[in-house]
Amino acid sequence: MTTTQELLGGFALGLTTGRIRIVDLTQTLSPEFPAIALPPEMGQCQPFRIEQISAYDERGPGWYWNNFSCGEHTGTHFDAPAHWISGRDLPNNTVDSILPQHFIAPACVIDCSAQSAADPDYLMTVDDITAFEAVHGRIPAGHWVLMRTDWSQHWARRHDAVAFQNYDATGQHTPGPSTEAVRFLVEQRDVLGFGTEAIGTDAGQGYHLRPPYPCHSLMHGAGKYGLQCLTNLDQLPPTGALVVAAPLKIEKGSGSPLRVLALVEGM
Amino acid sequence: MTMPMMKPPRKNPVLRTPQINLPPSARGRVALGLTAAAAEGRLALQTCAECGAVQYPPREACHQCLSADLPWRTQSGAGELLAETVLAHSNDLFFRERLPWRLGMVRLDAGPSVMVHLHGEVGTAPCRVQIGARLDRAGQAVLIGLPEQGTANMADDTMLREMASDPKYRKVLVTDGKSPVGQAMARALVKAGADLVWVGHAEPWKQLPGLAELATLPQVALVPLDVTDERSVAELAGQIGGKVDIVVNTAELHRSFGIAARRGTDVAKAEMEVNYFGLLRLAQCFGPALKGRAADGATHATAWVNLLSIYALANFPAHGTFSASKAAALSLAQCLRAEMRPAGIRVLNVFPGPVDDEWNQNLPPPKLAPAALASAVVKALKDGVEDIYPGDVAQEWLERWRDNPKVLERELAAGGT
Repeated sequence: MTTTQELLGGFALGLTTGRIRIVDLTQTLSPEFPAIALPPEMGQCQPFRIEQISAYDERGPGWYWNNFSCGEHTGTHFDAPAHWISGRDLPNNTVDSILPQHFIAPACVIDCSAQSAADPDYLMTVDDITAFEAVHGRIPAGHWVLMRTDWSQHWARRHDAVAFQNYDATGQHTPGPSTEAVRFLVEQRDVLGFGTEAIGTDAGQGYHLRPPYPCHSLMHGAGKYGLQCLTNLDQLPPTGALVVAAPLKIEKGSGSPLRVLALVEGM
Repeated sequence: MTMPMMKPPRKNPVLRTPQINLPPSARGRVALGLTAAAAEGRLALQTCAECGAVQYPPREACHQCLSADLPWRTQSGAGELLAETVLAHSNDLFFRERLPWRLGMVRLDAGPSVMVHLHGEVGTAPCRVQIGARLDRAGQAVLIGLPEQGTANMADDTMLREMASDPKYRKVLVTDGKSPVGQAMARALVKAGADLVWVGHAEPWKQLPGLAELATLPQVALVPLDVTDERSVAELAGQIGGKVDIVVNTAELHRSFGIAARRGTDVAKAEMEVNYFGLLRLAQCFGPALKGRAADGATHATAWVNLLSIYALANFPAHGTFSASKAAALSLAQCLRAEMRPAGIRVLNVFPGPVDDEWNQNLPPPKLAPAALASAVVKALKDGVEDIYPGDVAQEWLERWRDNPKVLERELAAGGT
């Protein structure tokens, strides 16, 4: 029997020796990072903005610091159940009241990168999930399910905001989950939450699905969480990664930008 | 005949960029009445309310009857050139650098005789001449004698160019080209002969109609610019700031709400971020380079244009928070003008009435067409004025505001009619 002390010691040793490797799943917060856009007459999520307070100059001779501002849903961010009307009456539905043990959880990574490269409107199906399970085993309850599309690389590698947002006259075209896949993950697998690489957990055309925005509606309605604007999912194993995703403790916050880390097998 | 201006050669980078020397700019309080009218492109002189005498130079009392009741009245400016001379020497730094300089003595049909700067196309004395009041490089009113019938190239006269901000051969930054006004502005500047028009666009993933087509014009170059982002403004200023001769700030956010019609402050704040802080960021980043190039050759830096709104003068409650942001921008634009004037850069404030765009969709006509607004701005640059109020609505509001701002406030509260 291993003691807790031995467990934590082994974990620390794994980190220092590099046997446990850390993969940063976070996009850098910058003013240029694309923000979600709603029709202009609606309220808007503010993009990330930063202004210098001083930089070792007449405004503060010995120190450098900035003020920044942004919305709760700017950059790589966490969605709490209260973000959606379907989750508004659930207990512990805001970032300050979510149980902290939910902030560290294992992840299953379903690779939809080939499909998404072929079709920007690709919707992950139940078949994609069962095919994953046929190889890697059943998705355990309480796990994150992350949809790998490599969509993040439009920004992370090429800094191409137009391709990342991928708008045309009919709106945004980015991959996400189908209604059936979301329902399956919520009802059949009881996952912790769902994560994606594009600007939302739902597909760009998710407003036209039934129900509109099924991932927001069904996941949050069942008290599940969302992660979006993730990157580096291509560096994660299909199973076995441990995800650290702790949002800022904003009172009654609907979400927050955060640093998302994955712990994976190293050298 | 004025020789048509040729495109100036590229700057010699070995030589020091010449710095501006301003013409004499001290004026007394009374004389500023002449400047106030010239800022709108009008020649106005004191006209005695008691005896009717028109007088120049401005004084505290009527030169005929000593009355102190001397309202400023717009004059036709027609007169007779009595004598002329060419200044070949001056100890004043401004004129010393611009010799020879033609001067004349004109007897206005309205009465007074005046000393004027003389355009090259005015014939030799005696002859008929048309007097106009212009702002000089110091931003003060001066009188200039113009031909009754000018030629097509008369604006290319070096003296007249010194008193205006003609976009011809100049490089212009239009800060937002996503709006119909921004696009019309860029087109009008190209038509006016601008050498290069940089057109800013924020959030490149939002494809709005017209921008791609505008970018096909050879004089137009799209540049990323988001006036709500300090770093974006600073970066663009770092890249092109030293080449911009005219800034035309078309960036505007208009969401048409009063206090009670919209919960929260996020929309009002977003309006301030663009309409007020956007101007502040632009002025901080582009202002210094503009000031440093106010005498940089024939196409030196010359002007800054603010697209404000007639709602800046008096709040229109139906567009309440927008009005407030424009009032804030007007106040800041006055500060900008005070800081730019000693550097020889003109600040042109534009107060249009409602523009025919998506945010005024529910407003009945008359609405100002973006193209009409753009040509009014180009004309104002060519005329060298400081304030314009394009459109019927703006003209009417201005008149009512000048007549009695309190009455206008009540009328606007009741819907504006």
